[in-house]
Amino acid sequence: MGKTLAEKVWDEHVVRSTAGEPDLLYIDLHLIHEVTSPQAFDGLRLANRKVRRPDLTLATEDHNVPTLDWDKPIADPVSKTQVDTLRKNAADFGVRLHPLGDIEQGIVHVVGPQLGLTQPGMTIVCGDSHTSTHGAFGAIAFGIGTSEVEHVLATQTLMQAKPKTMAVTVNGSLPEGVTAKDLVLTLIAHTGTGGGQGYIVEYRGQAIEELSMEGRMTVCNMSIEWGAKAGMIAPDQTTFDYIEGKPEAPKGADWGAAVAHWKTLVTDADAEFDKEIVLDASTMTPFVTWGTNPGQGVPLGANVPSPDDFEDQTDKVATEKALEYMGLEAGTPMREIKVDTVFVGSCTNGRIEDLRLAAEIIKGHKVAEGTRLLVVPGSVRVRNQAIEEGLDKVFIEAGAEWRGAGCSMCLGMNPDQLAPQERSASTSNRNFEGRQGKGGRTHLVSIPVAAATAVRGTLSSPADL
Amino acid sequence: MEKFTSHTGVGVPLKRSNVDTDQIIPAVYLKRVTRTGFEDGLFAAWRNDPAFVLNQDSYKNGSVLVAGPDFGTGSSREHAVWALQNYGFKVVLSARFADIFRGNSGKAGLVAAQVDEKVVQALWDYLEDNPGGEITVDLEAQTVSTPGGEVQDSFDIDPYTRWRLLEGLDDIGITLGHDDAITAYEATRPSWKPVTQRA
Ligand code: SF4
Repeated sequence: MGKTLAEKVWDEHVVRSTAGEPDLLYIDLHLIHEVTSPQAFDGLRLANRKVRRPDLTLATEDHNVPTLDWDKPIADPVSKTQVDTLRKNAADFGVRLHPLGDIEQGIVHVVGPQLGLTQPGMTIVCGDSHTSTHGAFGAIAFGIGTSEVEHVLATQTLMQAKPKTMAVTVNGSLPEGVTAKDLVLTLIAHTGTGGGQGYIVEYRGQAIEELSMEGRMTVCNMSIEWGAKAGMIAPDQTTFDYIEGKPEAPKGADWGAAVAHWKTLVTDADAEFDKEIVLDASTMTPFVTWGTNPGQGVPLGANVPSPDDFEDQTDKVATEKALEYMGLEAGTPMREIKVDTVFVGSCTNGRIEDLRLAAEIIKGHKVAEGTRLLVVPGSVRVRNQAIEEGLDKVFIEAGAEWRGAGCSMCLGMNPDQLAPQERSASTSNRNFEGRQGKGGRTHLVSIPVAAATAVRGTLSSPADL
Repeated sequence: MEKFTSHTGVGVPLKRSNVDTDQIIPAVYLKRVTRTGFEDGLFAAWRNDPAFVLNQDSYKNGSVLVAGPDFGTGSSREHAVWALQNYGFKVVLSARFADIFRGNSGKAGLVAAQVDEKVVQALWDYLEDNPGGEITVDLEAQTVSTPGGEVQDSFDIDPYTRWRLLEGLDDIGITLGHDDAITAYEATRPSWKPVTQRA
């Protein structure tokens, strides 16, 4: 029997396998940031250990850095301590760090791909659940806890039980104006937030093949939001074209050897998945969330659901609680929901293609009265590229706030937070209670919906402009 | 991780059940960047109460916690184990532990020894009569006892964790035991795989 893509990549990284014990898996790339790494380095120090492979480790500052005044000392003492600690740890242990102000600084999951460090067939880990983003290149990539961060630092390996495999096949083409974000939000509403638990998921089918690398990253990024261990997409010409010429991509003869290997990284025709889901892209529409988990979503053209719409008692209660937290009436058309803040950014939708699409829609319009639009590029490179293309001017002329790079309002660890009861349309990945600020209300949306919403002040799509 | 064979220290009766990790260390104490220094946050909400057991002179230097059932439920924070260790605890005895807490303890080298509820009660009675009395936890023999023989019983711990604690092996220590396999694997990695810095 043949092998799935996930099995091929997994098997290539097994250092040691013994019955009754988890596999010992080699890690090709370990990404670290200021929030989940300090205790791991402290553990190394206490045990007198060193980083085994600093040359397979990369650090960047992203989670709590300010997006304004980033050239000044960080005002928040906790954030400052974490950033200072990362700088000291990187220096002490010889790890390459891209600090605030550096040209390569940015969200860890934007930085890896743009440097060309994220490549097909790799194993990539980071103390952050959205590490699944890198699976878009045909890598096995997943988030780990602080003890595991320490384990990888010390040994460049992880003990892991082999997950099951699942195929999500998306047939047909996405209609005009419907994006990768809508696709993945539709999928999560379909499966629920626990549907992927225990699986490495392979996204495949025509709609996936037609996505750009940015779109594929958006889909894989949100794998964790339906519980999957990791999400991946087989590498193809789109993948190779994206990587070629990137700073850390293979060069010369190495390039040929690498591509030859990457082309073998596809699921064999006779391979079997433990589970399969099939969706039709051609029926998909702009999709937004109304509740407090990413599975609580509906098409933009629908109404806020009522607890009565659900059979299951737990769903009824969850809906009731979510509506109360979100301050929504059942039956209200989604399009009538007024939004205070629109957030464009995050590792889900903070890449250059996202900013281009947002600018294209906003160009010639103004941000609605009473609404603010925050545009936060995923990295300094994305920011610089946007400036080169004049996108910053489009945003500023429309009345948006054009910020520095980082996670920003995706998780509200820096000063970019929602006030209690403030409502956002956010291109990020989590709408949990308090995620973007205590009491804040988040609607997850795609880039086109975010841009149109900023212009109209209510949840909208470009077709409404 | 240090090897653990046997430990004798002051027993501390914590006569509560369902002590969750938020009670062991509240979230506001999680902002440190080290694995040490969490002792101040240990049982923070209760420490303000002068009658709380750790505020009594006989128990200040306790190292064997004797707790009610379902110890360590709630959030997965590894800090709960660190806080107990930072304070000076080497062993927690309880009739039931939450899974994640038990796992985290084993990783960090804190012995989470499961005993019968009757044993917990007997130890509480013993400490009531002998405040500041010592308890011996012998991991080799898997027994818990008091010096005068008031209590003498066995405890449960999973064999793999017991072996690791006896050998002083944390997960990293075990993996480093396979260093040859890792080095051999590294030799087979293709040269075109990316690196973040060149020698
Ligand atoms: S942008 Fe948000 S989801 Fe992505 S790494 Fe930062 S905090 Fe995590």
